[in-house]
Amino acid sequence: MSEVKLIKTIKEIPREELFAPGHRLCAGCGIPILVRMVLKAIPGPKVVVTATGCLEVATTIFPYTSWKVPWVHSAFENAAATASGIEAAMKVIERKRGGKKAKVIAFGGDGGTFDIGLQALSGALERGHDMIYICYDNEAYMNTGIQRSSATPTGASTTTSPAGKVIPGKLERKKDLIGIAIAHGVEYAATLNPAYPVDMYNKIVKAASVEGPTVLHYYTPCPTGWYFDTSRTIEISRLAVQTRLWPLYEYDHGVYRINIVVKKPKPLEEYLKTQGRFRHLLRPENKWVLEKLKESIEEQWNRLVKLAQMSGQKIY
Amino acid sequence: MKVETETRGIRTGMTGNAAVAYAVKQADVDVIAAYPITPQTVMVEKLAEYVNNGELNAAFVPVESEHSALSTCVGASLAGARVFTATASQGLALMYEILWIAAGLRTTIVMGIGNRALSPNINIHCSHDDAYAARDTGWIEFFAENVQEAYDLTLQAFKVSEDKRVLFPSMVNLDGFILTHSLEALNVLRDEEVREFLPPKEPVNPIDPDNPMTYGPLDLQDYYIEHRRQQAEHFRMSYPRIVEILNEYSEFTGRRYSPIKTYMLDDAEIGIMVLGSSAGTVRYTVSKLREKGVKAGVISLTLYRPFPVDEVREHIKGLKVLAIMDRSYSFGSPGAQLFMDVATSLYNVKERPLLFNVIYGLGGRDLTPDQVELVVNKALEVAREGEVRETQIWVGVRE
Repeated sequence: MSEVKLIKTIKEIPREELFAPGHRLCAGCGIPILVRMVLKAIPGPKVVVTATGCLEVATTIFPYTSWKVPWVHSAFENAAATASGIEAAMKVIERKRGGKKAKVIAFGGDGGTFDIGLQALSGALERGHDMIYICYDNEAYMNTGIQRSSATPTGASTTTSPAGKVIPGKLERKKDLIGIAIAHGVEYAATLNPAYPVDMYNKIVKAASVEGPTVLHYYTPCPTGWYFDTSRTIEISRLAVQTRLWPLYEYDHGVYRINIVVKKPKPLEEYLKTQGRFRHLLRPENKWVLEKLKESIEEQWNRLVKLAQMSGQKIY
Repeated sequence: MKVETETRGIRTGMTGNAAVAYAVKQADVDVIAAYPITPQTVMVEKLAEYVNNGELNAAFVPVESEHSALSTCVGASLAGARVFTATASQGLALMYEILWIAAGLRTTIVMGIGNRALSPNINIHCSHDDAYAARDTGWIEFFAENVQEAYDLTLQAFKVSEDKRVLFPSMVNLDGFILTHSLEALNVLRDEEVREFLPPKEPVNPIDPDNPMTYGPLDLQDYYIEHRRQQAEHFRMSYPRIVEILNEYSEFTGRRYSPIKTYMLDDAEIGIMVLGSSAGTVRYTVSKLREKGVKAGVISLTLYRPFPVDEVREHIKGLKVLAIMDRSYSFGSPGAQLFMDVATSLYNVKERPLLFNVIYGLGGRDLTPDQVELVVNKALEVAREGEVRETQIWVGVRE
């Protein structure tokens, strides 16, 4: 593990920008906040691999690019495998002929990570490549037009899980990505949220300090797919944490830590009513789906509290 | 026992799989990413042994699928490494999406293929379905006829792919089991001879944090077609360079390589065209029929992509009938894959032979001299009648 330089305020975040403006990500999109932060927080040379998705299509429309670092896109499901190859090659070239090693960063959306790219990610984590894998999770296939993924939360209406008269939105639960990562034996995994930039910055720094695979899971509101005003991105992000829907926690070399302990959660309805995708959940006939969502949030929070307490954290 | 022979190298014995692996070791590759599939397995097992025993200084990345194998190779090749993978059949089919990307991103990956029939029904033996299905993707495709060629073509493939005037990935096809698992005598070069023929890769525009580039951007209506046009032109222009490298290797080793091999073709009226290990059986049968006065000859291809159109046009001169043998079938097409390539190549040639297509050997069914004789007799019949009644026939099949 290399030296870790954590920050206390956003004023300490480096000013250098390696992600150029002019990209076509939507107004109010949370993804560029993540990318700028990642490129600021990770020191030294770096290479970025990006799965097919919003980030890829909106930042590299030929002949333009927003990337001031080497950037590779190959396909949808193979960001982790492509990154594996770059990492393996740099290591062996350094050993055989000398050369510069760079930190390999892979970005995938929730579709590219939870669904079609899960196998490649699992393989890369198991093989132990030195890379940071970052999932930007806007909770559906937004690039193709708001189709449900296994990261879509219970109850959300998408174009392939529409709020119908019989089936009111997605009925299944969201997959536990961090749990999957930890099950592979990664040394560091954490959730990120754009309303908590210092927490986000420090977690990226910690992930980058590990020599081996790490996984970061970033919550990113999507005004286009969630139906909210583009000015409310950060407000909604903060509500996701304050309602315990999106717990900010980390797994750091065997230790679980809840980074933002939400002692008195705000009512979930406050969060849901900010977004069109949940509007139907507030109708009386769909209360049963709302209850399912609340149950899953409570279960997740309670499980994390237990894990954090087992790791010695005082929660309440 | 190792002895010196008239062509360069040390005489030894190896299976096709082992010979390819040995060539890859001598090529001093940097990264191997592979997933096991019969009949390719031994090829990558050998390489894993070389790496783990310290005989080859490379990263062996044991990926979780063929899709990831080729994806890993794409990343490694872009990062400047000399890269190898190997697969067969279903594995190549699973890679299909990435084949296009590997070629379009101008990687220099070399891939060994133990040609095997595609499912269903599941079968582990030879057909050329897998190699044919990759024909449109922008890969250079070589076909080996024997173990010696599998070894030699692997070394040549690295030189071809990494050449600055080429920069396209290559496949070396060797018939599953017939070549992958057959122990044959061959000459292998000494390590220093390989180094002389194949110097280390000089990557073109590799990933470099000091010189950041964007690889694989979004390319829309305003540029995509120009980029495809450029790729098409570069692929076409790679042909003469491939021939140059085959010539260079021929001179270096004394073993003759060219896109097309011919046998007894000069005065032939009947021609048979074939790919892979079957060429030997066809030549043997033709030589026997020659004794009976049948004017037959053989054309076999070493280079399948880019397709040697001009050479095919040149060599068919004087033929009355050409039988094109495919170890595959293309559902709903006017002919199987090699047949369609040849027919297209010859359509605008004024003096051309009558063509028919022979389907043989699917799923490892042996091609026997009897079957070849049947094909020759069919060709003689077509020549006599001056017309083709059946464009496609199957041999060695119970009807």
